[in-house]
Amino acid sequence: MEVHSRDYRARARRIIAETPEVREAVTAATRTFVDNRREAYADLDENALSRWAEGVKSHALTHLGDYLEEAEARLVERGAHVHWAETASDVHQIFELIVREHGVQKVVKAKSMLSEEVGLNPFLESCGVEVLETDLGEYIIQLLDEPPSHIVGPSIHKSLDDTRAIFHERLGTPRDASPERLAAAARELLRDAFLTAELGISGGNFLVAETGSIALIENEGNIRLSTSVPPIHVALVGIEKVLPRWADLSTFLQITAKSATGQPVGCFVSIIQGPGGSPAGEPDGPEELHVVLVDNGRTRLLADPEVWEALRCVRCGACLNICPVYRQTGGHAYGYVYSGPIGAVLAPGLVGLEETLPLPFASSACGACADVCPVRIPIPDLLHVWRQRAVERGLTSGMERSVLDLLASTGTRPGLFRWAEKVAGLLPEQVVRHLPMLREWSAGRETPRAAGRTFHELWDEGIE
Amino acid sequence: MRVSLFVTCLGDRFFADAAVDAVRLLRSLDVEVDFPSDQTCCGQPAWNAGHVPQARQMAAHTAEVFADADYVVLPSGSCTAMLRCTYPRLLESPAVAERSYELAEFLVDVLKVTELGRGLEGRRLAYHHGCHALRELGLEEQPVRLLESAGAEVVPWEMDQECCGFGGLFSVKAPEVSVAMADRKLDTLPDVETVVSADGGCLLQLDGRARRRGTRIRFRSLASVLWEARRGGA
Repeated sequence: MEVHSRDYRARARRIIAETPEVREAVTAATRTFVDNRREAYADLDENALSRWAEGVKSHALTHLGDYLEEAEARLVERGAHVHWAETASDVHQIFELIVREHGVQKVVKAKSMLSEEVGLNPFLESCGVEVLETDLGEYIIQLLDEPPSHIVGPSIHKSLDDTRAIFHERLGTPRDASPERLAAAARELLRDAFLTAELGISGGNFLVAETGSIALIENEGNIRLSTSVPPIHVALVGIEKVLPRWADLSTFLQITAKSATGQPVGCFVSIIQGPGGSPAGEPDGPEELHVVLVDNGRTRLLADPEVWEALRCVRCGACLNICPVYRQTGGHAYGYVYSGPIGAVLAPGLVGLEETLPLPFASSACGACADVCPVRIPIPDLLHVWRQRAVERGLTSGMERSVLDLLASTGTRPGLFRWAEKVAGLLPEQVVRHLPMLREWSAGRETPRAAGRTFHELWDEGIE
Repeated sequence: MRVSLFVTCLGDRFFADAAVDAVRLLRSLDVEVDFPSDQTCCGQPAWNAGHVPQARQMAAHTAEVFADADYVVLPSGSCTAMLRCTYPRLLESPAVAERSYELAEFLVDVLKVTELGRGLEGRRLAYHHGCHALRELGLEEQPVRLLESAGAEVVPWEMDQECCGFGGLFSVKAPEVSVAMADRKLDTLPDVETVVSADGGCLLQLDGRARRRGTRIRFRSLASVLWEARRGGA
């Protein structure tokens, strides 16, 4: 997909100023998720679970090649086709071949953030293939021609009225249709698509190496249908999604669902390990199963000793939900498929720091994300690494550097520091509010009022 | 008992009266207060923005200034977190890290104070938890307990642990988001006369936004309110 992260500030400003309802919708939904999450973990030792999950994921990532080859071998044994894609365009080529070979004209698609990351829909459409998103939230934003605004709830920024309006326009439902009526209208249309599509596309929440199993979590049943009804199923799986053992899976399924929405587990979990009718004994399923293992920058990120831990991410969205910065804008401000705190550490790692620059700074460093991550990714520390690198590479503003140089040089010269403090206290407010950087402060806030005298002065005079 | 006060740069310039109150409060508890006058800034603004060499210079200076202190007490949660949690990453001998305490933390955890006085009888307050105090220092109950034991009603505030949007340079790098965050805090405030916090940055942010909006509410440093608790009424 196209990356617009460099415009973070302008995009955030526009969302806050022009569509205030987005802030309300996102805040309300994320707060519900956070409350549900808290309840879901209430009777569990969250710390023990997250330490265990961290260990499993870190082990898998540090033995990634071995586990991926094991997964590939198991899948191939059962008749699946396994493809390796280093880049987004490799993914496109693999799809082009499959689509051409089978004369595919219609695709049903289960929700996959990786497919967004590699820009799959526009590519398939450029091949003349009709693509239908079958997750209700994805379907809504597909109608609106918008990217997802949240990892788990792609249309989190939309209100019920927004959905009513677009459904009225496109599907002819009444302007005041109930949510049930809207879902029924989508279901009718999608049901037909499931039966007529030649190809179903999904992502993959986990890939178990030991058994070659792709696990998919969902609530609507559309993933089950997309992956079993059409004659061909292609699963796009990021290489970091691997788990070593079958025994690891059930706990990961639970912590992902609990962290995401507070559900004990998703309403549906699909385990896919081969095409239907395969000699190794999968009676049901599509005639052909393709698994595309996608790198797209992950190997480079894994080799980076300071930020590789971001790859433990299970895409639960808990860090977005808790994030007060994310809540003000939703995901579109970030200009990248993954938004919020985890997006701000993944984007520079997968795309490049220069291309995604303000994102590591799009955080007040409050640290709330670190508290909720089910795999203990130290997100604030990783954000800080990217901030350091941005400074070291000269990508931040010269003005900021000058101000901090000045702070450091006076901060190590106490006499000068006290003099500077005095001068700062003497500046009239009209001057202060127009100083560089403080201009940004005073656009929305009154300038701080300096105390009449500094504490240094008061101390020297004597405190009664 | 002898402590060295680190007033912090914001405290020195913007909250000098609150720092005076901190001195009075500590003295009233028979604590001798020393004020090393060569102190400047802990370096947090530079660290936070990713300027590590500058942060290290200021950290080294601060560690030297407080080298002989038994305890360093700060009327600031986030600067305390800088000394305790970040200095070990910046300095080879960060001895100052484990001797540093935020004021309320020092009172409760070191001095074992359970009640300062009854000077806040009948007062309705809201308490804003600064993020670094809360998440890095684990400072959650101590300030609230001190306020309540002095007779104040600390009114529940659904957003009391959510970031105010200050975040150091974040407040000027993403000012629109920062202001929206402050608005969310202000919009959810219960009906109180005063909001109290241990962090100057948060107070400047919330007060600056409230004054711009015309929201009439007082924002006060924890140190001043605790001194009021001690000496009995404003």
